[in-house]
Amino acid sequence: MAQTVFAPWEDPEEKPLIEFRNVTKRFGEFVAIDDLSLAIYSKEFFALLGPSGCGKTTMMRMLAGFEDPSEGAILLDGRDISGVPPNRRAVNMMFQSYALFPHLSVWDNIAFGLKREGQPKDKIAARVDEMLRLTRLNKFATRKPHQISGGQRQRVALARSLAKAPKLLLLDEPLGALDRKLREETQFELMDIQEKTGTTFVIVTHDQEEAMTVASRVAVMDEGRIVQVATPSVIYEAPISVYVADFIGDVNLVRGTARARPETPSVAAEAVAGPTAPEPAAAAAVAPNLAAPEQTASERSAAEAALPVDPRAPQPNALGEWLHDKVLFPILGRRKPQQKLLPAPSPQERATSDRPQTAPPRDAAQAKPAPAHADDPDALAGGGIVIDWAEGQPPVIATNGDAALDGKPVVLALRPEKVSIGKAALDMPNTLRGKVIDIAYLGNISTYHVQLADGSMIKAQTANTRRLSRRDITWEDEVWVGFSATAGVVLEE
Amino acid sequence: MSGDGLDTRHRGEALRKAVLIAVPYLWLVALFLVPFFIVLKISLSDIALARPPYMPQLDLSAGLAGLRDFFAGLDFENFVFLTEDSLYWKAYLSSLQIAAVSTIITLLVGYPIAYGMARAAPEWRPTLLMLVILPFWTSFLIRVYSWMGILSNEGTLNSVLLWLGVIDVPLQIMNTNIAVYIGVVYTYLPFMILPIYATLDKMDSSLLEAAEDLGCSRTEAFWLVTLPLSKGGIIAGCFLVFIPTIGEFVIPTLLGGSDTLMIGKVLWEEFFSNRDWPVASAVAVVLLMILIIPIVLFQRNEQKQREAEG
Repeated sequence: MAQTVFAPWEDPEEKPLIEFRNVTKRFGEFVAIDDLSLAIYSKEFFALLGPSGCGKTTMMRMLAGFEDPSEGAILLDGRDISGVPPNRRAVNMMFQSYALFPHLSVWDNIAFGLKREGQPKDKIAARVDEMLRLTRLNKFATRKPHQISGGQRQRVALARSLAKAPKLLLLDEPLGALDRKLREETQFELMDIQEKTGTTFVIVTHDQEEAMTVASRVAVMDEGRIVQVATPSVIYEAPISVYVADFIGDVNLVRGTARARPETPSVAAEAVAGPTAPEPAAAAAVAPNLAAPEQTASERSAAEAALPVDPRAPQPNALGEWLHDKVLFPILGRRKPQQKLLPAPSPQERATSDRPQTAPPRDAAQAKPAPAHADDPDALAGGGIVIDWAEGQPPVIATNGDAALDGKPVVLALRPEKVSIGKAALDMPNTLRGKVIDIAYLGNISTYHVQLADGSMIKAQTANTRRLSRRDITWEDEVWVGFSATAGVVLEE
Repeated sequence: MSGDGLDTRHRGEALRKAVLIAVPYLWLVALFLVPFFIVLKISLSDIALARPPYMPQLDLSAGLAGLRDFFAGLDFENFVFLTEDSLYWKAYLSSLQIAAVSTIITLLVGYPIAYGMARAAPEWRPTLLMLVILPFWTSFLIRVYSWMGILSNEGTLNSVLLWLGVIDVPLQIMNTNIAVYIGVVYTYLPFMILPIYATLDKMDSSLLEAAEDLGCSRTEAFWLVTLPLSKGGIIAGCFLVFIPTIGEFVIPTLLGGSDTLMIGKVLWEEFFSNRDWPVASAVAVVLLMILIIPIVLFQRNEQKQREAEG
């Protein structure tokens, strides 16, 4: 059954349940929350995510009423709740330490809040039993908190804070004390209970996996400010800053300078590659120029006409060539011929194309410095940017980059799982050559730490669909890593 | 490893444990059980004018006959005597009453102090703790004597009150039960404060926040959470004040009047004024029996506390 997507934040008609309006909170000199505005909607499961000291707990304590904002206002259901003491707010909190009353039984702990409301006894009993059923604690009603396990205590704390049916439930690192397996189970249980009760949940956590699993929206915080508020997938796939990209999950950050890419393949490039050039040539064209053959310009031009391009051969790009010939070569000396590192073509490949593996020569006139529309002909979508990020390394193509960033320092955030790794050259717009330094084997996936020729590291991740014994990449292996032109997110530094 | 080697090691381990346990037991036997039996024996003896001032004495040179004579000479005469003279049971009751009242007063004074200390800024707590313990550095006797100087008719308190014009005639505090209460509360206050402070200090402050979050006012949170959770400290403090106060001798002697009846004072007089060691020993044995009840209760409370925390 298809469900309608829950996204009240996209509906301008929808009134937020909670609204932070330019809230600032200072503790003496220290600014914990800095002019922060935020709207949280009814029935949301909202996560405040950030490292310790980012102000997320202060936000929660202001919602609970234990702290008052120094400036600005917090609205609950449209009413300003600053100055309302915690015991008069329709907000309950589940504490990180659970804060169960050790002298009371599980039943009395859950009934504690209800008794304060002065409800009739049978009503309290009915509500407590309902909560015990919801959290599957019926068997433990008469036990004291120290007589039950950590997971059960967590559920008592949840039941107790839900018993009064608050408009808003705050969860302060609710699963921090549980071991991993139990935490994962409990995450789903929390989501289930949140859905069943229809309560708005705000969870504070520093565990990004937890936030992404449970939350409908995640707010990433840093030093008292909210950096980005979005759904988990947007946060992960389209972080708006390097901080967010780096905080959420694992990421390769490629820092460099952006250069606009032509909307359509340049004429000059077409002339070189020719209309019949196979698509992989495009990939090869930007492949590391360190693999380029050691040839002088004249030799190359001589070879040019005679030699068609092997699609597998790494090709130096124009800029790399130019840099090498005009700048680096006099200083660093000649590149070593890298061709021998290429895998030998299979017999089939030999049969179909008996072409020598030399790089395509480039017209010296074309090898102009940036922003010449040097590289990249072909079927690859035009536009976007290329990023020059390291000397001796080919620029990285990002067709999803904004051409307006031309000339600015940028960072390409690239998730390891979007980076492919192989022992043979990869058929991808961006390929880099390197050596495996480390392998983090996690069972289901492996992360390869590949050192590139310039010393920088790049992480590539593969799912271990094969049994271990049959995996072929190991330490010290020369490998290719590659990624598509849209795999990364271009962020302004 | 051979079975023998393992066996030897086990035996060595067992011996080590036995020695370790033997030390406190020997201590208790030598310094508590043996003296107790000596006192018990004297309490069953009769007064005599020679030294030691009681009869019979065990004459082992007479052999079995001597032993028989010795046991024949013991009787419960002195215990019977304690029930006949109203002085003794009145003294016991009065001691219990004074101890109970002082314990309550000490609790009422000590709890807020302990609470204040536990709520004080962390950097102040060691200093406050030090201030509570500091009086122990001076002799107990000197501190009680100094109270005489404060409370007597020409003492500091009366002088100040007269100078302020609050009173015209000096207050008669010295040599009354009030002076005894003041002395006991002053002396035993640290024993009340420290255990209560320990439980309050351990208490997770998020429990109070949780109580407030669930709808309690600050006062309600105190009665429903803080007080029940400091119960262990309150009970420990009460026993630590109550038990020594019952047998207290110095304070009633120095600060109390002639009508201040406390069993510790009676005991002293029997031993050193009347030189009736058998009756004095009987008083001591009965006092010990009375004290054993609260001591056992105290230990049971400690045990329960430990179990609750474990």
